[in-house]
Amino acid sequence: MSAVPPLIRARGLVKRFGSFTAVDGIDFDLQRGEAFGFLGPNGAGKSSTMRMIGCVSPPSAGELSILGLDPVRDGREIRARLGVVPQDDTLDVELTVRENLLIYGRYFGLPRDVIRERTARLLEFVQLSDRADDQVDPLSGGMKRRLTIARSLINEPDILLLDEPTTGLDPQARHAVWDRLFRLKQQGVTLVLTTHYMDEAEQLCDRLVVMDAGKIAAGGTPRELIERYSTPEVLELRFDPADHQQAAEKLASVPAQRLEVLADRVLLYVEDGDSALLAARALGVEPLASLVRRGTLEDVFLRLTGRQLGE
Amino acid sequence: MADVMTRVPGTSPRGPAPSGWSLSARQLRFWLTNYRRTWRGSIYSSVLNPVLFLGSIGLGLGTLVNQHGAAQLGGVSYLAFLAPGLLAAAAMETAVGESTYPVYGSVKWNKVYQAAVASPLRPVDIFHGHVLFVTLRLAMNCSIFLAVAAAFGAVRSAWMIAAVPVAVLTGLAFATPIEAWAVTRTRDTSFTMIFRFFMIPLFLFSGTFFPITQLPAWLRPVAYLTPLWHGVSLCRALNLGTADLGQVVIDVGYLAVVAAAGLLAGNRCYRRRLYV
Repeated sequence: MSAVPPLIRARGLVKRFGSFTAVDGIDFDLQRGEAFGFLGPNGAGKSSTMRMIGCVSPPSAGELSILGLDPVRDGREIRARLGVVPQDDTLDVELTVRENLLIYGRYFGLPRDVIRERTARLLEFVQLSDRADDQVDPLSGGMKRRLTIARSLINEPDILLLDEPTTGLDPQARHAVWDRLFRLKQQGVTLVLTTHYMDEAEQLCDRLVVMDAGKIAAGGTPRELIERYSTPEVLELRFDPADHQQAAEKLASVPAQRLEVLADRVLLYVEDGDSALLAARALGVEPLASLVRRGTLEDVFLRLTGRQLGE
Repeated sequence: MADVMTRVPGTSPRGPAPSGWSLSARQLRFWLTNYRRTWRGSIYSSVLNPVLFLGSIGLGLGTLVNQHGAAQLGGVSYLAFLAPGLLAAAAMETAVGESTYPVYGSVKWNKVYQAAVASPLRPVDIFHGHVLFVTLRLAMNCSIFLAVAAAFGAVRSAWMIAAVPVAVLTGLAFATPIEAWAVTRTRDTSFTMIFRFFMIPLFLFSGTFFPITQLPAWLRPVAYLTPLWHGVSLCRALNLGTADLGQVVIDVGYLAVVAAAGLLAGNRCYRRRLYV
């Protein structure tokens, strides 16, 4: 592939906690300038992987090289060049917005005037300039998240690590965060993120791996994964719970690549959703509700693991 | 919309890794910034604490003691006997206060430590940065104590100035092992136990208020084992002008060994807690 050495290279990477294996031998490469995602449900091993990349969790086995350096031996040098947005906010809520950036900039040994200049720019970027001298505590969840992103950029990192960047945010706040991350990506910042939201992965990631139970189930661009593991369209049908099973049996004779019977819905994986719906109606199937949509990463995940992402 | 990066990503300058001292100093600066919020309140208690104790017990109770027991105290006023002991005990109190909830809270509440460990700082730097801060707090409180004691007329010898670093070392002999322990806690219930069953008995029975020769013979060796007794007796000897080189070596040596052991334990406990 590329002659440029990857920014991160993992081979057979393992993390164990006692007898529990959180990450079970994963391989991946991260190239400069890309947005790379780990998509999977809670407990898939995404955060453990992120902590190993962040050099705050020594790998139990396997190879990991970050920026060409060894995370155990060269943790200080590597972390100096990373930006980290942790899953739980670690802002000092009793300090002001500006002081949080000052403290964090000092951790990186930056001179005060450099921190001051970058703080102005970063707060403008995350739309918090007017809150610069307010305490962090009363800020909304979305504002705190944006401040954490600003803080993670104070050292102008080579790689930005984001662990579940929008978990717990309302839709509006999520979109504000996505917008900022998208701009960072356009400016050439290399992003690594974990998420259990397929829409987040689809919007932000150039390339992603689907993780389940500590392993990588598949990898590629969102489009490749959807083409490989799903169909262009998906027909979703809802029934009265009493008729659910019976309807599913009837639907088996509708021409579809695959049929998934979920607890609350039946999914038909097809080329053309509308004609599949007509075919179903012709068989006498009368759903309470129907929806034709395009295939998504959610479908990829279901196909690969037999489970839904939210489960 | 301005670019957030002033250079092409991936071209960050590479230099040698900063030293442990420089990294610890960065964590110390965090604590100093943080302290700006609370320093006023803490100064009040730093002044008020010795004023109340030296006034009530040193002068008030001391009047009664001086009428009877001056011989047991080596022929000095109770105030002059008490003040240096209380200096060491106050250092212990400051140290225990600074090394319990602030450390626990930095992991569990505001997650200052988790934020710092994602930067170039290592767990050992985060630990040492806080120990440096506690050292400064001890130096500050002990100096204030000395000034208050002087105002009460409790200082008998210029050597009492040397009692300040001795008291700081006494505080560190508590701070480093307690920090090592506090960072491993997952619940904060054990701290009240430390205050109730460890600090208060030490405060009362380590020779602060009366010579430990007054204790039952079987209990005295326990007092000799506590860092506080070494701090109290050396501070007192300095104020009364009775210190000799042997005592200085033994007491300072003992306190330094305990503080160093706490430092080693803390290096390990911080790493295990923050690098999971």
